[in-house]
Amino acid sequence: MNLAAQINSILAALILLTAFGLLVQRRIYGLLHLFAWQGLFLSISTAVVGYTAGAHHLYISSVLTLLLKVLLLPYILYVLIHRLQIHKDVETMLNVPTTMLIGIALVIFSYHLTSPIRELSTLVTRSTLAVALATVMLGLLMMITRRNAVTQIIGFLAMENGLFFAATSATYGMPLVVELGVALDILIAAFIFGIFFFHIRTTFDSLDVEQMNRLKEED
Amino acid sequence: MRIYPFIIEIFQIAIVLILAPIFIGWIRMLKCWFQGRTSAGLFQPLRDIMKLFYKDVVLAENASWIFRFTPYLVFAVTVLAGGIIPILSVDLPLSATADVIALIALFAIARFFIALAGMDIGTAFGGMGSSREMMIASLAEPAMLMAIFTVSLVSKSTSLSQIVQTITHAEFILRPSMAFAILAFILITIAETGRIPVDNPATHLELTMIHEAMILEYSGRHLALIEWAGMMKLFLFTSIGIASFFPWGIAAVDNLFQLPAAIIFMAVKFCIVGIVLVLIELGLAKMRIFRVPEFLGSAFLFASLGMISYFILE
Amino acid sequence: MSQFESVLFSIILLLSTLAIIPLFIRRQKLLIYVTFSLTGISSIFAVLGGLWTVSGRVNQSIILPIGLPDLPIHLRLDPLSGFFLTVIGLLSFFVSIYSIGYIKAFVGKRSVTHLVIFYCIFLMGMFSVVLSDDAFSFLISWEVMAAASYFLVMFEDERTENRRAGFLYLVVAHVGAIAILLSFGIMAGAATGFKGFSGYTFDAMRQTEFSVGWAAAAFLLAFFGFAAKAGVIPLHIWLPEAHPVAPSNVSALMSGVMLKTAIYGIIRVTFDLIGDFPWWWGAVVLIFGLITALMGILYAIMQQDIKRLLAYSSVENIGVILIGIGLAMIFTSFEMPLLSALALTAALYHTLNHAMFKGLLFMGAGAVLHATKERNMEKMGGLIHKMPWTAALFLVGCVSISALPPFNGFVSEWLTFQAFLLSPSLPSPLLNLLIPLGATLVALTAALAAACFVKAFGVTFLGHWRGHHSPHIHEVDWFMRSGMILTAISCLVLGVAPTLVINWIDVLPEQLIGDRIAASAGEFGWLWLTPIAHERASYSGPIVLIVVLAVLLLAYILLHVRKSAIHRAPLWDCGFEKVTNRMQYNATSFSMPIRRIFGFLFSIKEQVLKGGKGGTLHYHLKVRDRFWGWLYMPVADISFYVARKIGRLQQGRIQAYLIYSFITIIVLLVFFR
Repeated sequence: MNLAAQINSILAALILLTAFGLLVQRRIYGLLHLFAWQGLFLSISTAVVGYTAGAHHLYISSVLTLLLKVLLLPYILYVLIHRLQIHKDVETMLNVPTTMLIGIALVIFSYHLTSPIRELSTLVTRSTLAVALATVMLGLLMMITRRNAVTQIIGFLAMENGLFFAATSATYGMPLVVELGVALDILIAAFIFGIFFFHIRTTFDSLDVEQMNRLKEED
Repeated sequence: MRIYPFIIEIFQIAIVLILAPIFIGWIRMLKCWFQGRTSAGLFQPLRDIMKLFYKDVVLAENASWIFRFTPYLVFAVTVLAGGIIPILSVDLPLSATADVIALIALFAIARFFIALAGMDIGTAFGGMGSSREMMIASLAEPAMLMAIFTVSLVSKSTSLSQIVQTITHAEFILRPSMAFAILAFILITIAETGRIPVDNPATHLELTMIHEAMILEYSGRHLALIEWAGMMKLFLFTSIGIASFFPWGIAAVDNLFQLPAAIIFMAVKFCIVGIVLVLIELGLAKMRIFRVPEFLGSAFLFASLGMISYFILE
Repeated sequence: MSQFESVLFSIILLLSTLAIIPLFIRRQKLLIYVTFSLTGISSIFAVLGGLWTVSGRVNQSIILPIGLPDLPIHLRLDPLSGFFLTVIGLLSFFVSIYSIGYIKAFVGKRSVTHLVIFYCIFLMGMFSVVLSDDAFSFLISWEVMAAASYFLVMFEDERTENRRAGFLYLVVAHVGAIAILLSFGIMAGAATGFKGFSGYTFDAMRQTEFSVGWAAAAFLLAFFGFAAKAGVIPLHIWLPEAHPVAPSNVSALMSGVMLKTAIYGIIRVTFDLIGDFPWWWGAVVLIFGLITALMGILYAIMQQDIKRLLAYSSVENIGVILIGIGLAMIFTSFEMPLLSALALTAALYHTLNHAMFKGLLFMGAGAVLHATKERNMEKMGGLIHKMPWTAALFLVGCVSISALPPFNGFVSEWLTFQAFLLSPSLPSPLLNLLIPLGATLVALTAALAAACFVKAFGVTFLGHWRGHHSPHIHEVDWFMRSGMILTAISCLVLGVAPTLVINWIDVLPEQLIGDRIAASAGEFGWLWLTPIAHERASYSGPIVLIVVLAVLLLAYILLHVRKSAIHRAPLWDCGFEKVTNRMQYNATSFSMPIRRIFGFLFSIKEQVLKGGKGGTLHYHLKVRDRFWGWLYMPVADISFYVARKIGRLQQGRIQAYLIYSFITIIVLLVFFR
């Protein structure tokens, strides 16, 4: 293993670690910080892959990730949380050790799923594909186990991080146009989420998505 | 028959016996400095032990032989563990006595008997401490085994001397699996040796005691032995960590001249570990007892991620 | 005298003991001395035969011309049966000595005649199960063993719990026996192509290449049947009921060795009779082993009845043995005989060890029961002062079962871990990731076992007596003590000299799998155990023992050079002054943290009731197996429902029954004319 591949696998490990951190963190600002760290690792990893593969458009993706996911989105969310005065602790639906065990099972599952691709691929980064898929699944798991709407959007963004990572590790990144499009989508999604938060909050006086079941007809 | 491995062995055990209280003294000193207090000096724990040896023993009326036997056993087992772990050199005659798993089991003997001693006198405190201690130990064990598993994946061995030799001779590679294993090991060490945030070694508040609750009734030389063994336990767990993750500097087989260097390396490493430990303890508050499963759960998570990332990423 | 003669002599001795029992019915005390000495002697012969068979690598078979016409009884003595004979014989020898003291307590209260009769039959059943070499005699011995143990469980049949436990035991034992019967039926049928009846011998099955489907069916049925006998979760339900209510010497035998006949059955069917299997069989055994081990010990921790705790802990240990067997099967099917031999050795070693320490613990619990007439730990405490011998011996058992060096439990547990640690060399990536998780479950189990036995010993023997009235408690007599002392010594010896034992066992994996570990395990002499290679891992029980003792003595002497007094003082009561014995931690409170963490696995009912004089509080706790609700109650409900429907047929009038017979005859005549 050359040095770049080593650094890349360490970064993959860190991304996985932050994904688990997002899964178990109780404090809402802690979640934001973890999300920002994940973005940072992703951005560095993209740059490293870009350097090793000589794919220079990845530098642009890397910078874009840095700006959008490490600085802009956390800032927007921070402002949102501050404005909405959300409770600092976010309760989870499942207890933490159980969530962790499910998470470990998901990682093993994604390793099993991606093992045929590992056999076929010849890229240096092929081994990180399993981590990428696991990050997507852990993001989804986070959305399932959390009740607060803000934590759900963080879960959603973490899933997107996973997809982005999968793209870099499986094919050295998507074409730049696609990536720009996705980045724009994310940004707009964040704004729309923000607007919805205000609406949900004015309707239910809370951001607990459990309250949504009041919308059912029989109530 | 080569003589000097035996000399190194005895020298190492002597070092463990003396440096363990000094290491505790170093930690307390750092803590005092960070909190802006005046410290009692490096040698205060050593002086405490000496003082206790000269005191008379006060035994509870109900105490049985288990209570009196436990301090000696705990001390003996810990000393044996100190002879097995490669701290200065890998060339130890005792090192083949036990691999890491057996070493953990040696500490388990000590814990088993301290827990029994806690129940022997028949107070509510003793039983409470024993019950909590056994609970924490049970939850720490899977994480510990997983960490050992990860380390043994890299070095193909569970014998500590062998692990040291494999790592020092191999080319250095950044391994995410080892990084995760270190994290797991730090958390396990904190839990096993009863440091903040799992247990507070300085407390005598009834609801927060774990280790102290079990040894509450000890006095005199019995207390001295148990305290000494407890200090050695922290020292030895740190040494296990150093041997399995940062072994550079430990003297190789048949190389007596590396020994002075090994002592310096060891001192530096322990100083750094002390600083890290104090920073952790200062930054965190003691947890509720039922948060400890989450703490150890994350240790298990790190260890498992280490094992998984060995297969996925390496 | 050959090995076979020695073993047969032991069975004949048991038969003749049965024959002379009527002579002593009137003199019960003499009856106890005579029969238990004779069973002890016959056990020694079984042990000698077994030891010699394994070390001499004997493989003899004989055909006894008794039994049904054309179905002679085949017996075979090979190392596998020799090993299990040794295990059974060794414990039954110790237990026989112990029984003299233990059963004497019943004299004058009730007749012990049928107890000694069934005790002999029980031993005979176990010996002949491992000797049988055809399905027919195997099942007969199996049933003899089951029936005899049923009557032993029912010894004190005036108590409802005994009758209930006995019934449950009988039901599960027979469901299991049917599965075993079907499994043998499939194998015997496949051996002759479902044509003849000569396939019932094990030899015929051995020589048959089974098709994949039939082999899997036979294996699953056999595993189900033997699992029911071994108490594998979820078929364990009878075990914690039946073992505690039997007399303690019988509990020791049931937990220590009767369960092992099921292990014998599993090894015999998979490795010997079928011989060639895919890896998922091993995975099935491994997964059930893991579930059994973890759940078994969690249930054990929750118990307040000391014998129930021990019974659940037997469930756990059966799980650990199955884990070893499962690993061995997985390694075998990936053609890694050396690792497979390691795992199988670990399983067999644990079988031997568990027989010793569980026998010792049940005998210890029996001694406590004998002295205090109490099985509930909540009322005990402080027995170490009144029963020092029993306490020390029980402690040896607790240390052994908690897998602490240098005693025997540690060695087999350590070997199991070594087998786990070698799993990364398996060629399947998925198994590589999943098996370590299994290893952590074993670690959790082992640590919980230590917690469980700290509780068992601490609550029973340490602290103060918790009951309201302190009864007159005395130490047990020398028969009981020597039975326990011998078992305790063998626990230590098995822990200190593992290389010798492995050298002895080694022929089993060699014959069943085709590789052996003794060469590498004993590479550095008997002092060090190096299962695969000394670079990989090593352990030395003797050095641990010697160094610990030496340091201990040195510390003791150095600290006693200067005379310093020991003052006895009352407990520190925090200035509260009203510390009572009821304030001690008891069995329920000790397990509370673990109950809270793993509570979702049980159905727990907690109630705090106010009331009584002076507003006293009452705390009620009920912890139950979830399997009752999940598995057994539905089955029971369905069978009651079906029984009620069928019950309508019972009219109670003779004409109705005559009509049933008449219709049956008509139908038969129509179909089989």
